[in-house]
Amino acid sequence: MKIVVCIKRVPDTATRIRIAPDGKSIDPSGVEYVVSPYDEIAVEKAIQLKEQLGAGEVIVVSLGPAEASKELRTCLAMGADRAILLKYAGSSFDLDPLSVAEALADAIRPIQPDLVLTGWKAADDDHAQVGQALAVLLDMPCLTFVAKLDVAGRTATVHREVEGAVEEVEASLPIVVTAQRGLAEPRYASLKGIMAAKKKSIEEKEIATRPSRLELRKLAPPPARPPGRIVGQGKDAVPALVDALMNEAKVL
Amino acid sequence: MRKYRGVDYYALDELLSEDERLVRDTVRDFVDERVMPSIGMHFRNATFPNELVGEMAKLGLLGANLNGYECAGLNNVAYGLIMQELERGDSGIRSFASVQGGLVMYPIYEFGSEEQKKKWLPAMARGEAIGSFGLTEPDFGSNPGGMITRATKAKGGYVLNGTKRWITNASMCHVAVVWAKLDDVIRGFLVERGPKGFITNEIKGKYSLRASDTSEIILEDCFVPESALLPGSKGLSSPLKCLSAARYGIAWGAIGAALACYDEALDYSKSRVQFDRPIAGFQLVQAKLVGMLTEITKGQLLCLRLGRLKDAGKVTPQQVSLAKRNNVHEALKIARVARDILGANGVTDEYQCGRHMCNLESVYTYEGTHDIHTLVLGADITGIDAFR
Ligand SMILES: Cc1cc2nc3c(=O)[nH]c(=O)nc-3n(C[C@H](O)[C@H](O)[C@H](O)COP(=O)(O)OP(=O)(O)OC[C@H]3O[C@@H](n4cnc5c(N)ncnc54)[C@H](O)[C@@H]3O)c2cc1C
Repeated sequence: MKIVVCIKRVPDTATRIRIAPDGKSIDPSGVEYVVSPYDEIAVEKAIQLKEQLGAGEVIVVSLGPAEASKELRTCLAMGADRAILLKYAGSSFDLDPLSVAEALADAIRPIQPDLVLTGWKAADDDHAQVGQALAVLLDMPCLTFVAKLDVAGRTATVHREVEGAVEEVEASLPIVVTAQRGLAEPRYASLKGIMAAKKKSIEEKEIATRPSRLELRKLAPPPARPPGRIVGQGKDAVPALVDALMNEAKVL
Repeated sequence: MRKYRGVDYYALDELLSEDERLVRDTVRDFVDERVMPSIGMHFRNATFPNELVGEMAKLGLLGANLNGYECAGLNNVAYGLIMQELERGDSGIRSFASVQGGLVMYPIYEFGSEEQKKKWLPAMARGEAIGSFGLTEPDFGSNPGGMITRATKAKGGYVLNGTKRWITNASMCHVAVVWAKLDDVIRGFLVERGPKGFITNEIKGKYSLRASDTSEIILEDCFVPESALLPGSKGLSSPLKCLSAARYGIAWGAIGAALACYDEALDYSKSRVQFDRPIAGFQLVQAKLVGMLTEITKGQLLCLRLGRLKDAGKVTPQQVSLAKRNNVHEALKIARVARDILGANGVTDEYQCGRHMCNLESVYTYEGTHDIHTLVLGADITGIDAFR
């Protein structure tokens, strides 16, 4: 079984993001990058499937800057077999999700994968579109928000998280699956895995991306949180506090 | 909890390879997620976190710079970065890994027979066998050459008699590398727990390295087979070679403890308000923080260069002494200053600098005390041995 996983290099979710002076990109100084967390879950799941089946190949693909080789290397150290980097030097904000999916689909098509996995959204731009667009371009069914995935023969059984319920769906391979939390718990790359990854290949490809049909106008930090309010002190404050929690915050 | 980031004021990351950084970041995440949540409790209860042994082994942290026998085969810089990150968590965790890798797996690797290597190294890398290193005795610390422990030839093996004290991991070990005199020559023996006359007692009441097992080993007519002798070990230089291997990791580890303290003190000083401003806004506090940062950066440079020399096979034991001596001393001072910056909070185990401060007192003394390293270096540069 051939499994392709699409991953994106994004600022570490624990990084405090500062907007650059141009107002359209983030200030890269002091930012650390990681594999986008849902993509990392997808990588883990792919490796687990390969381990369960005892055979197969896991290929990670990323569109991003040359530095994204570090994130691909992380996936190889976790246990993926090889990687493809679609080199794109510009800001990821200059690409619309469809052009990203087109470039990925062009790279994935010749591999003829049985399964394509990716995170349900990237942690930086939150578009949540690439998986679906990829499925259309590859002419495969798409299963989104998947929290459980089993493969037996050519049949995949997935659990999808839908409002207030879990939907169980069966599909024939090949399919595209977008990963939700719970699908797998990413492992630490072992040191032997890191050493082994040195010998695995990262194929670099130049790509021509279609100019974005979306224009990013402005990035702005989220509005500051309104200041807290002290409703009173000691036990006399309890009724006011209960009232505020019930009627204002509506958490009780 | 705020995510720990490390400090890289001189962009030393640029001097590390991609896989060295990956190793460091992996261990850093492991320490954040697996060590930090429980280490305070273990220190308070004086328990070693046994539950982490399997996880450290699975990551490949044990004997990581050895080649083959299921070891990860990392270079010495990557190995040093592992020690740094582990000690950022706690010196006790790093001590466990140093002893297992540098003081037990290393002598087996260096002085052992092929059978000994095959028997022990994979099991120790997997964390299934735990080792300890018994050199120090109640009456012979800085002067191990005077040891009393003796091995005498017996039918089919040797009989060991003597007492080893201050032995890390000894109460939980499956095998101890015991150094004893055989016909007046110091030799290493692999003593398995089990035979009669091998007794371990944990040393209680430590205020330092509380999350580490420190014990005494009593050898009472303890019989070991012929195959227990490390054939390649001969003379005091053998255990000293092991100490130099482990000491290299300690020089890196000390930076980790210092980084933890600096990180905590910097963060605290920015949020602690006195006289209507964060204490980080006072010149005296800034001077303390700058002093910490400066010493950390110098220590990082020392270690990185030391590691590259070691990888090139050019390092001298005296160079390792210099780094151990300097980095542990500076880390201890940094821990004390961090404790000071945290005020009263610094004396509780809600915060980590007090724990590191207490731990570093042991690190200052073991693997050659600070002053012994002074004398080692003094002898090296003057050609005059001032302590023997
Ligand atoms: C927590 C912990 C774990 C340890 N783990 C191990 C272990 O796993 N295996 C092991 O074998 N040992 C271990 N040790 C022992 C450690 O290596 C010794 O404590 C150390 O070598 C010092 O010996 P000592 O304690 O007997 O001090 P001493 O040698 O008695 O030294 C006391 C003081 O005298 C000074 N001094 C000694 N000689 C001279 C001199 N010639 N000139 C000037 N000053 C001198 C020293 O610098 C020191 O300040 C451990 C110790 C601790 C605290």
